[in-house]
Amino acid sequence: MFPKGTKRKFSDSREEPVAGGEDVNQSSLAAVRMLSSYSLQRQSLLDMSLIKLQLCHMLVEPNLCRSVLIANTVRQIQEEMTQDGTWQIMTQALSAANAAAQCSADRLVATEVLCRQTEAAQGEQVPKPFPVVGSEGCPAKEVLEEEAAAAEVGMTMSTVSPQAPTSYLPGTFGMDPCWEEEETGEDDDDEEEEEDSEECGSGSEGEERERDSLVEDTRTAEQVFGTFEIKNPAPSPDPALEELFSDVDASYYDLDTVLTGMQSVPKMGPYDLLESLSSHGPSPLSSSTSCRSDLNELDHIMEIIVGS
Amino acid sequence: MAECISLMSASSFNQADIISTVEFNYSGELLATGDKGGRVVIFQREQESKNRPHSRGEYNVYSTFQSHEPEFDYLKSLEIEEKINKIRWLPQQNAAHSLLSTNDKTIKLWKISQRDKRAEGYNLKDEDGRLRDPFRITSLRVPVLLPMDRMVEASPRRIFANAHTYHINSISVNSDHETYLSADDLRVNLWHLEITDRSFNIVDIKPANMEELTEVITAAECHPHQCNVFVYSSSKGTIRLCDMRAAALCDRQSKFFEEPEDPSSRSFFSEIISSISDVKFSHSGRYMMTRDYLSVKVWDLNMENRPVETYQVHEYLRSKLCSLYENDCIFDKFECCWNGADSAIMTGSYNNFFRMFDRNTRRDITLEASRENSKPRAILKARKVSTGGKRKKDEISVDSLDFNKKILHTAWHPKENVIAVAATNNLYIFQDKIN
Repeated sequence: MFPKGTKRKFSDSREEPVAGGEDVNQSSLAAVRMLSSYSLQRQSLLDMSLIKLQLCHMLVEPNLCRSVLIANTVRQIQEEMTQDGTWQIMTQALSAANAAAQCSADRLVATEVLCRQTEAAQGEQVPKPFPVVGSEGCPAKEVLEEEAAAAEVGMTMSTVSPQAPTSYLPGTFGMDPCWEEEETGEDDDDEEEEEDSEECGSGSEGEERERDSLVEDTRTAEQVFGTFEIKNPAPSPDPALEELFSDVDASYYDLDTVLTGMQSVPKMGPYDLLESLSSHGPSPLSSSTSCRSDLNELDHIMEIIVGS
Repeated sequence: MAECISLMSASSFNQADIISTVEFNYSGELLATGDKGGRVVIFQREQESKNRPHSRGEYNVYSTFQSHEPEFDYLKSLEIEEKINKIRWLPQQNAAHSLLSTNDKTIKLWKISQRDKRAEGYNLKDEDGRLRDPFRITSLRVPVLLPMDRMVEASPRRIFANAHTYHINSISVNSDHETYLSADDLRVNLWHLEITDRSFNIVDIKPANMEELTEVITAAECHPHQCNVFVYSSSKGTIRLCDMRAAALCDRQSKFFEEPEDPSSRSFFSEIISSISDVKFSHSGRYMMTRDYLSVKVWDLNMENRPVETYQVHEYLRSKLCSLYENDCIFDKFECCWNGADSAIMTGSYNNFFRMFDRNTRRDITLEASRENSKPRAILKARKVSTGGKRKKDEISVDSLDFNKKILHTAWHPKENVIAVAATNNLYIFQDKIN
């Protein structure tokens, strides 16, 4: 169905990203070369499926058959991407991009430019620097250069998901698996699945946990980032991506509780947050004020979630 | 050669008028339709008479009633749609007709009875119904039956509720005429027609952990002759045949029908298009037919590893699957039906097209249910979708197909070549013109 190299009609209007700086120019060209249209098509299919699943959950009574079929499609794509190695590249790129984003303004511009606008993402969703990350040197920069090519792919993914750990609850929420994974060692498919289940196990408490972990992270940011940094080279599931899928799964798991009468507050997935926050304009890039604005945004997010 | 004999439609189109199910009764005299607004409309075939030779057995409205109302589930804060998902007739046992109609959660048994005579000349009552003064009665008379305008009334005789957590997709009356089954996404229940406060769960595919859910039940049907046998189809393109004598809970199938996947046509959409939207036993009980997104397959119940016949309904859509996924059309659930002799099958498509396949001659035809083509006694013209580069005259190109005009529900008269086709809010009835 997706023979490599064949373009499909609706996807051939994808724009090439505009190169910002010199480094970025080279890396984006490399990225373009690297990516075949098959990957792009697969990516867009994944994005579409996730949006559909999200919309599913917002309906009054989701059609279970449709939800199951879409979820199976998402799983299938995820498996294939994992086998391809694309998954690892994407997660590494995102990690690196997140870590290195605050190293220099150039890098920030680069990542901003690499972000592709999709319908879901209204504003510019820049990977927001973690407040205390600034203290880290730029060993991550090297990683970024290697992964820059793949970063574009990663950015595609991240525009559709909340990627900044501090701006969005889910991103921070996703930090937790990093800790657990560090303890358990090498990452592989099975572990990813396990983490999914672990994360999803929280179910309706997830939101509270997210808030707690964000507050916690702010305090123990050094520790968090330290953990994050160490794990950079090793293939690891990106927190944002992990959260993307776990959030999908979690709400999916909640289908049963929804259907059997224990209705929880409808989970706000990545797209809800994107839409609600996009109206607030692009996130500030400077890290000094980010901490405070983060907490303000956090309050606002909580208002939205609780309000809905 | 199909000829249109009647077209029924609502005067103004609103969502509630969308027909959601069509079903002939056992004799073919009655045709029931259910719509999104919870209404059931029953048509009756006019007896052909010498006085009106041109009536050709037209179907006219016999009864209309509101079967289901919208409900609100307070526990889950969810609305329960009143849309009629399925209607199944019960075999006629007396002068009245009975049918089962179901929405997502509740099944109702309706009795439709008619009165066309009334008694006149009561002794104790006036014509108005007022009691006569006993002293005024001087003689006795025997009341006589006089014809009156036919009055048809429908009354709900049984309500089978609260047995399904998920949405009911199928009901099927058993050949014993005493029981019936109802299926939702994860469970199949067996009911007795007389008992409403209890049903038996005979299939349960709900996993202990909903995270592991990857497959749902999409349709179920009782075998037409063996009252212990039924089948249910799944979203993964499999059919399981179960024997109720084997165990109380039929989680382990007696037979498992699945066609191995063709690896060359594998895509991300393979599973979605393999999902079975309808399963129907043949009248003989020897075969069953399944409808998936692009094809109809006929299975011999004695052969589980592949179907005996496969008919492509609209193969030209295979290259459009991504767009159809985007606009959700890929999830449309088409039904299929056999003719009385099991020699032909029919199913719907897009652009108000429907397809008929002759199993013996292997010929197929595409027809369109549209107002322009369907003046009474107009002969339908065969339609064709052009798949190649060059479009012939009268052919329609794939890109011009209207995917909002879908024919999901069709029915075939049990004995004659009369078909009913539901196109959104319009009901078309066609018959074969044999000179």
